[in-house]
Amino acid sequence: MPLRTEQLMLNMGPQHPSTHGVLRLVVTLDGENIVEVQPDIGYLHSSVEKMMEYRTYLMNVALVDRGMDYIAALANEEGYLLAVERLGGIDVPARARWLRTIMLEFQRLSSHLVWLGTWGIDLGATTVFLYCFREREVILDLFEQVTGGRLHHVYFRPGGVYEDLPPGWTDRALAFCDEFPGHLQEYHDLLTGNPIFLARTQGVGVLPKDAAITMGACGPVARASGINFDVRKAFPYEAYGEVEFDIPTFEQGDCFARYLVRMEEMRQSLRIIRQAIEKLPPGEIRSKVQVTVKLPKGEVYARTESPRGDLGVYLVSSGDDMPYRVKIRAPSFSNLYALTEMMRGWKVADVIAILGSVDIVLSDVDR
Amino acid sequence: MSTQPPQPPVPSRLASIAAAIDILDQLPGGNLILTKVEYLLNWGRAASLWPLTFGLACCAIEMMAAFAGRFDLDRIGVIPRATPRQADLMIVAGRCTIKMAPIVRRLWEQMPEPKYVISMGSCATCGGPFYYDNYSILKGIDQVVPVDVYVPGCPPRPEALIEGILKLQEKIKVEPFLRRTVAAQA
Ligand code: SF4
Repeated sequence: MPLRTEQLMLNMGPQHPSTHGVLRLVVTLDGENIVEVQPDIGYLHSSVEKMMEYRTYLMNVALVDRGMDYIAALANEEGYLLAVERLGGIDVPARARWLRTIMLEFQRLSSHLVWLGTWGIDLGATTVFLYCFREREVILDLFEQVTGGRLHHVYFRPGGVYEDLPPGWTDRALAFCDEFPGHLQEYHDLLTGNPIFLARTQGVGVLPKDAAITMGACGPVARASGINFDVRKAFPYEAYGEVEFDIPTFEQGDCFARYLVRMEEMRQSLRIIRQAIEKLPPGEIRSKVQVTVKLPKGEVYARTESPRGDLGVYLVSSGDDMPYRVKIRAPSFSNLYALTEMMRGWKVADVIAILGSVDIVLSDVDR
Repeated sequence: MSTQPPQPPVPSRLASIAAAIDILDQLPGGNLILTKVEYLLNWGRAASLWPLTFGLACCAIEMMAAFAGRFDLDRIGVIPRATPRQADLMIVAGRCTIKMAPIVRRLWEQMPEPKYVISMGSCATCGGPFYYDNYSILKGIDQVVPVDVYVPGCPPRPEALIEGILKLQEKIKVEPFLRRTVAAQA
């Protein structure tokens, strides 16, 4: 008599300790193997795009901090303000551009540290979490001294930044840059040579290059699949055209490659910060822009490289002091759909490892 | 006639314990301490709050920071649990959508009594920055679950969360815990 088998539906989330927010995954299983994964999103839909139509351009800066990718708040501000400044033809002084570059790279560091720590917890390496948050606190202190906030900064303003650096800040930042490579080595010691970690990540959740292109994967996920693309290099904004850095790319496309890409990106961020602090010009930090600035009629699309990938902001203005329509192209959203491709055929225990390696933020997905 | 200033009595070992725990009464002059079972129970409950970490949005990152090295909530007996069945405190950290609200309620129902809720952040408290012009965010988590302590801020610093937990401990310590249970059974 033939064995009668049946497919099983497994419901993961929305409250699950390792879904990085409120994501629900409907997993169809054949025994242990995943047949299909369907993400169910919308549990954190905050209707930010709609709310932005009722707030002035300055007020929206505070809103994009919270309503989008909250782990990298400054990256959202940059994406949004780049669109505003391009449409309004607002000039940003040189010092402000360099300050923004420094802050954005610190934000990338702190965001990658959150990712590494939480992924470590998912894979059972709790120590990594404690180590990562130790370094992250130092970065948050640096942020706090400049912007006054730990998580939500509202530091970038149309036409510049809010405040200049306090005295002695660059020394503290450089001291951090000096000690951080040692900490990176600590993480490598904890994870890269760890046989359990390797067994759970190497060769797992492979995303081939052509699939990555078809699914619209971006950021570190795409670079781990061999796509050499970074908005900072391809369409330089702020001061990225004037600093030297490399784009780490790997061919394997598995979880381990995604891990290596981010680890290397942290090292490159340090390089950028060092150069930027060295080249930081004196002068104005903010050009004169009205509080209720009115943008001319028109539309604009600005893309930036947030820690999660290609963040695009499409802004339409009707000549008023509020946007007519804002559409956000969120990197986590397209990476989430690449996730369905990565998970097919793997075991149910790999779901957590693969999900963590993609580094999605649900607020970014749902907005 | 020389008068010595009155010496303060040397505290006995029991008295120092009583002072440390600060809920026990010492009999004057004796080595006995009196307390109520309820006090001791409450003291134990307050010192080992196990929260269900309900990270919803940005505030969850600050909650994670509070559990990590620098702020270290383990010091005051707060150990995060991943399942509601092992938890007696729910920290709702972040904004809650209308789609998520039934799930918050269900998880709260799955927690064993006695249970407490801390609402962390402006969003969980009242909708916060998403109060106006918004169709999807619940205007305060207290519309679905009863809240014991509100922690304001956007996001509250980890210190603020610790303050909230200490406030909850104060509340637990004066609770008529045994009588409440009896009343519920009757
Ligand atoms: S209160 Fe502020 S930080 Fe907390 S979830 Fe709401 S918007 Fe985010």
